[in-house]
Amino acid sequence: MKDKLLYAACLLAAWLVLANLSVILLVLPDEAEQGAIYRIIFFHVPAAWSAFLGFLLAALASVAYLVKRNLWFDALAVSVTEVGLVFSIVNLITGMIWGRIIWGIWWTWDARLTSMLVCALLYAGYLMLRRAVEEPAQRAKFSAVFSIFAFIDVPIVWFSIQWWRTQHPQPVFRGGGSMDPAMYKMMFANWVPLLLLFAVLSAVRLRQERARSEIDALRREAHAL
Amino acid sequence: MSSANFTFLVYGLTVAWLILFVYVALLAGRDRRLRREIEQLKQMLQQYKRS
Repeated sequence: MKDKLLYAACLLAAWLVLANLSVILLVLPDEAEQGAIYRIIFFHVPAAWSAFLGFLLAALASVAYLVKRNLWFDALAVSVTEVGLVFSIVNLITGMIWGRIIWGIWWTWDARLTSMLVCALLYAGYLMLRRAVEEPAQRAKFSAVFSIFAFIDVPIVWFSIQWWRTQHPQPVFRGGGSMDPAMYKMMFANWVPLLLLFAVLSAVRLRQERARSEIDALRREAHAL
Repeated sequence: MSSANFTFLVYGLTVAWLILFVYVALLAGRDRRLRREIEQLKQMLQQYKRS
């Protein structure tokens, strides 16, 4: 039943992405100054939103673990962190490709780009830390504390374009930037399939964490015999 | 549609989906490995209990 639900969500996400892509590529006009490349924003921005949502969930699950000491929260935290990291890499690389055309460079050490790179490195560090600690309860405790501290970087990334003068464009929503309503709507419309994909990948990853605990339990049983 | 920077748009979209597909492939591989490990451990425990 659960598998069928996951497949259905995948199919729905694929259908929505194809429908959105047809509008993005065939209906929406080129941006006056950027030309065709601006369309990358429909994946670049929702990928960042999905990643931040994942990191927020990870921080909340980490707090819940420290309060309740229930390993399910730790499993949830690692699942959404790993998927969030993948989405943050998508955000960074699509941003670099956009920057190569618009700025003429692949990378610049401005506040938004640097803080986002630090964010991705922090969460990659979180996943590495988990591999270094064997004992499940100790691993969960260390990881939860790390995840909560790592989350401090997320608002820094979010507000960096308002706090510092950056080469990165100003926020298109409630900021110095502006966007055509059709493009604005498409940004949210394309977030829906990416969120669905995020949920499916997180659910699969969470199931793997449960399988890992089952393996740990079977190993303990084998040692006891 | 302007073709001036269309090539880089294609690169961007391709790379975005490629990253996601690679991750899905890694997840699928890990899933198979975990299932195999569970089966092996269960078989091993059953053999121990029988003997």
